[in-house]
Amino acid sequence: MTRWLLAAAVVIVALAHLLIPWAPLVELRRASPDTAWLLLSQIRLPRTLLALGYGAVLGTVGAALQALFANPLASPDITGSSSGAALGAVFASYWLGLTGPLALAAAGATGALLALVVVVALAGRRSDSNVLLLAGVAVALAGGAATSLLLALAPSPFAFYDSFEWLMGSFIDRSLPQAALALIPALVCCLLLMSRGRALDLLALGEDVAASVGYRPQRLALQVIILSSIPVGACVSVCGAIGFVGLLAPYAARRMTRGHPGRALLPAALVGSILLLLADIAVRLGPPGRTIPVGVLTTVVGAPLFIWIVVTMRRRVTA
Amino acid sequence: MTPLLEARAVTLAGRLRPTDLDLGAGQLVALIGPNGGGKTSLLRALADVERTTGEVRIGGELFGDAGPARRPYLATFLPASRDVVWPIAARDVIALGLPKPNPGRVNELIDLLELEPFAGRTVDRLSTGERARVLLARALAPRPKLLLLDEPLSNLDPYWVLRLLEVFRDVVSTSSSALVALHDIDRVGAFDRSLLVAGGAIQADLPPDDMLRSDALADAFGIVRSEGGWSLRPRADLQSSQ
Repeated sequence: MTRWLLAAAVVIVALAHLLIPWAPLVELRRASPDTAWLLLSQIRLPRTLLALGYGAVLGTVGAALQALFANPLASPDITGSSSGAALGAVFASYWLGLTGPLALAAAGATGALLALVVVVALAGRRSDSNVLLLAGVAVALAGGAATSLLLALAPSPFAFYDSFEWLMGSFIDRSLPQAALALIPALVCCLLLMSRGRALDLLALGEDVAASVGYRPQRLALQVIILSSIPVGACVSVCGAIGFVGLLAPYAARRMTRGHPGRALLPAALVGSILLLLADIAVRLGPPGRTIPVGVLTTVVGAPLFIWIVVTMRRRVTA
Repeated sequence: MTPLLEARAVTLAGRLRPTDLDLGAGQLVALIGPNGGGKTSLLRALADVERTTGEVRIGGELFGDAGPARRPYLATFLPASRDVVWPIAARDVIALGLPKPNPGRVNELIDLLELEPFAGRTVDRLSTGERARVLLARALAPRPKLLLLDEPLSNLDPYWVLRLLEVFRDVVSTSSSALVALHDIDRVGAFDRSLLVAGGAIQADLPPDDMLRSDALADAFGIVRSEGGWSLRPRADLQSSQ
């Protein structure tokens, strides 16, 4: 029931995202219906699809990582995989001179995978919150610093400038093929992650119970890590890193699945889409002539919510 | 008749030497032994928590080859740890033990283990003893042929220790049995058979009364039966046995 309501909400918000602002569409339609159609299909549609798809990726991957690490604070940004993906994409783009979207997506996925592997190596799979967070923050900071260094030393003197709009998270001026190349592999990986829902639910009872039921925790961890890195890498390579959606969407989704972490993957995807579409609508309603990267907005809004989760978690632990 | 459990050369490197074990249907079997002796290792090996060499057959079926939809009907494992990370309601935790949804069965278990007052509460808000019963209910839920329970009686009120021994007796029937690791050796009297595990191997396999009087038990624990209880073995005796 909630699922259908959520799905309906996704459709409505996506349509709103496609059609807002409405005035230019109407004006263009009067002057030249063909151009209006071009604006809708070539400029707005890729942007809507990317916000929709990237939001779903962040929700699914966030929920899967949280279930795997048994930690409500795990997410693509906090485990450093977003930073790793950005580093991989920047390296491939400015140093290897790769321009093909598929090559960039692969580089992003490799970076995300390396970051996650380092975090798991540092913190262990089911470490307590502090160790995981510290490892994730360390990897995210190191990844961010390495990215800046690569940009500063890049052969192109404009690297810093033109990467700004890319790495801060933005959906503006991406083409339909670009969107498709990122979103199709991402969708496949997310569906595969969702098929592990039952295993991830049983992981809530501990790795030993999951293993005795026949889900091998090590294999499951490897699957989740790989299936998380590919969509994050692909999306970051097209739109840059976007924070907090992957943390907050699963949190909201688990309230709909009575706390079950594995079952929360699909609702988390839907909530993630809604959040990112709304954020991108809000960005478009900002001051005219200025563009706020959507990643900046999600971080500005997400950070206080993150703090709120940490505080309620602390209360539960001490209660 | 083939035994319900046939384990052959089950081994965990460094912790469990190659072990054979047969269990008949209807048997309630206690697993005792000193800390670090290998009780948990034996249960983990049988439950396929860790990949072992050797093979485990339950009701003739190779347990390691059964998938997640089949295994809960063959055997379930209750670890000694009672941690549940996510705030999931007690009722839902029990349901997680069932491969297919069956609210009727969940309600049966809530009645059996008197969980009604907190069935809707999340497990992180239960006391350790309450949570232990909820997790036990999860293991009982699919009516497995074999129950592998690691310390299900520790940290429980006396009422619940006695009541659970009764529950185990009721659950073990003509088609199922239970292997229960215990810390309190005085409880073995309620079982049909007892296994003493020490040094990574089964050292003795005796009826409970014989077990309590056995030298193997005294050697393993360093205690002897005395007037109305147990006492430490005299030191000289201890040294001579080493």
